[in-house]
Amino acid sequence: MRERKPEASRAAAEDTSATGVLDQKASAAHPPESPAALKSAQKSRLHDLDRDTLVDIYHQMVLARRFEEKAAESYSAGKIGGFCHLYIGQEAVAIGAISAIRKDDYVLTSYREHAHALAKGMTPESVMAELYGKAAGCSKGKGGSMHMFDKEVGFLGGHAIVGGQIPLATGVAFASKYQGTDQVTLCFFGEAAVNQGAFHESLNMAQLWKVPCIYICENNQYGMGTSLKRAMSVLDISQKSCAYDIAAEFVDGMDVLAVREATLRAVERARKDYLPTLLEVRTYRFMGHSMSDPGNYRTRAEIEQHQERDPIKLFTASLKEEGVMSDADFQQVEARVKEQVEQAVRVADESPLPDPSELYTDIYATPLNATHD
Amino acid sequence: MALVTMREALNQALREEMRRDENVFLMGEEVAEYQGAYKVTKGLLEELGPKRVIDTPITELGFAGLGVGAAMVGLRPIVEFMTFNFSILATDQIINSAAKMLYMSGGQFKIPIVFRGPGGSAFQVSSQHSQALESWFAYFPGLKVVMPSTPADAKGLLKSSIRDDDPVIFIEQERMYGNKGEVSDDPDFLIPLGVADIKREGTDATIVARSLMVPVALKAAEKLQEQGVSCEVVDPRTIRPLDIDTIIQSVKKTNRVVIAEESHPFCGVAAEISAEIMERAFDYLDAPVKRVSGGDVPMPYAKNLEELAIPNVDQIVAAVREVAYLD
Repeated sequence: MRERKPEASRAAAEDTSATGVLDQKASAAHPPESPAALKSAQKSRLHDLDRDTLVDIYHQMVLARRFEEKAAESYSAGKIGGFCHLYIGQEAVAIGAISAIRKDDYVLTSYREHAHALAKGMTPESVMAELYGKAAGCSKGKGGSMHMFDKEVGFLGGHAIVGGQIPLATGVAFASKYQGTDQVTLCFFGEAAVNQGAFHESLNMAQLWKVPCIYICENNQYGMGTSLKRAMSVLDISQKSCAYDIAAEFVDGMDVLAVREATLRAVERARKDYLPTLLEVRTYRFMGHSMSDPGNYRTRAEIEQHQERDPIKLFTASLKEEGVMSDADFQQVEARVKEQVEQAVRVADESPLPDPSELYTDIYATPLNATHD
Repeated sequence: MALVTMREALNQALREEMRRDENVFLMGEEVAEYQGAYKVTKGLLEELGPKRVIDTPITELGFAGLGVGAAMVGLRPIVEFMTFNFSILATDQIINSAAKMLYMSGGQFKIPIVFRGPGGSAFQVSSQHSQALESWFAYFPGLKVVMPSTPADAKGLLKSSIRDDDPVIFIEQERMYGNKGEVSDDPDFLIPLGVADIKREGTDATIVARSLMVPVALKAAEKLQEQGVSCEVVDPRTIRPLDIDTIIQSVKKTNRVVIAEESHPFCGVAAEISAEIMERAFDYLDAPVKRVSGGDVPMPYAKNLEELAIPNVDQIVAAVREVAYLD
């Protein structure tokens, strides 16, 4: 993990040409660490945290995983419609980052959002019921998988146009500064969103006006079926911060504690000085882009290689080997999560469908007292 | 009451509403130090300061989205597009974020924001800087679309738009900023959204006109009066919500209707109004509904061609005579 200051990156850029040298350097700059090295780094971070925090983080990760495994099952059973983008493999990013903020801070993300919603404090029932398109869903069944919202816990969606949430999050953070609070905003997006104008326009304004927004690029290395290598001229995403003079870090997104630590540093900058940060968090999704993706663009071997760095397996091993949690503790978490997921499915199953009258509610906040029907 | 220009009336509305509510802020290109490309925001920076009157980079998608995000958590942004031509870059945030947020969050996040600026035809600036986009925005449930035609309407409607809890597209006509009219100086002078105004009463034919076409229609009505035809000019003032009842009432009285607009005819607002009249007042019509629209062409530069692309008094007069079977 390195802090990328603009000066350093400018120097690095000097000896590059337009022949792809930069790409090779960028890839070499962040080679994936071996599972053993990753674990060793994680263990060194473990001791800074109290047991309750660690168990809670572990619980959140297992909940996200089991929740989505169940969602996949329900999708296959036809109980969930539309798109369903699973986060399995990336849990360390949302859970590590969100563990570093307060309840009154804000989170916005893309359409791959179930874990973020749960980590921010939404109930599994309200998330599952939304997936089921039921009245008990967090958005009353109107948003679905891609549009979860919960004002109470500061979860501001759930946005399904790639990069669309980036200007929105910048505005939320702008408002916190305008209102004189010390709230921060976490803005998650995939690496493919970095090619959108919305990313560049937002980072420019964020640093220009100094807004407390933390941009977390979840680099899972594929924009749907297109490898990043086929879509981005400069692969080192953290380096894009140089164009806007924004502090940036590269983080190994399979280590939940590394993500948490980097986010904590960014949060401090944001709270104290209203400064934005860009975090490039390298991760990998183990499932397809969505439930309908056969995944022909990746080899089984590639996926298996990444699964050796599974963030939950890794964290389990670290906690166990360092004596933080015993086998009984792990079983207890699994049992509790099983209960939570079963309860979520029960509520989702039993909840009525939205009332047909809901079709025409929530379109306008100030009613159209005029005459158009 | 005072005689002021449309530009001054809008300035008063902005100033009064920003004084009234700390959560209202204004952002856009050249709105602060330059005093506004069309001087609508003149003096606001000086009075209200740089926290609330903010010059943006030329980054329409970005600052439109920033405004929507700020509205999610309690602010009431006014986003100025230097012209609505540039709002095209921001349509993802206007349509996919602002218009739909309340609905897709199950009623949790209202978006009280005003997107405003000049639209419609300007003077000889050719295709990319001279176009009417209201039918685009009016198409989407979740947005409100306002198009004032007088300084008083501009002030009262802008104040209501700023106090409204929904996203409002407020289109000022670029050619009309210098038009003068009597305007109230009551800080609570409001005109509700969704209420049409009968700009001239008449009995023989109805002319539905908005924005730039209102003064043109009024001139046509005067000419027609001289020819013995009494015209009622109805200005809907807001396109969404549309006060169709007032239009229908007028049609039921006159039995003939012409709809004038400077926008392209295809899939335009006049087409919508025409369909509504057909659905609700077919039996009252003594002639088919007639549209007088702008040319179905990109706006040309040459002065003579530009004139041909914008409806004029004579075209409206001819249309009314046609529905009255006078020629």
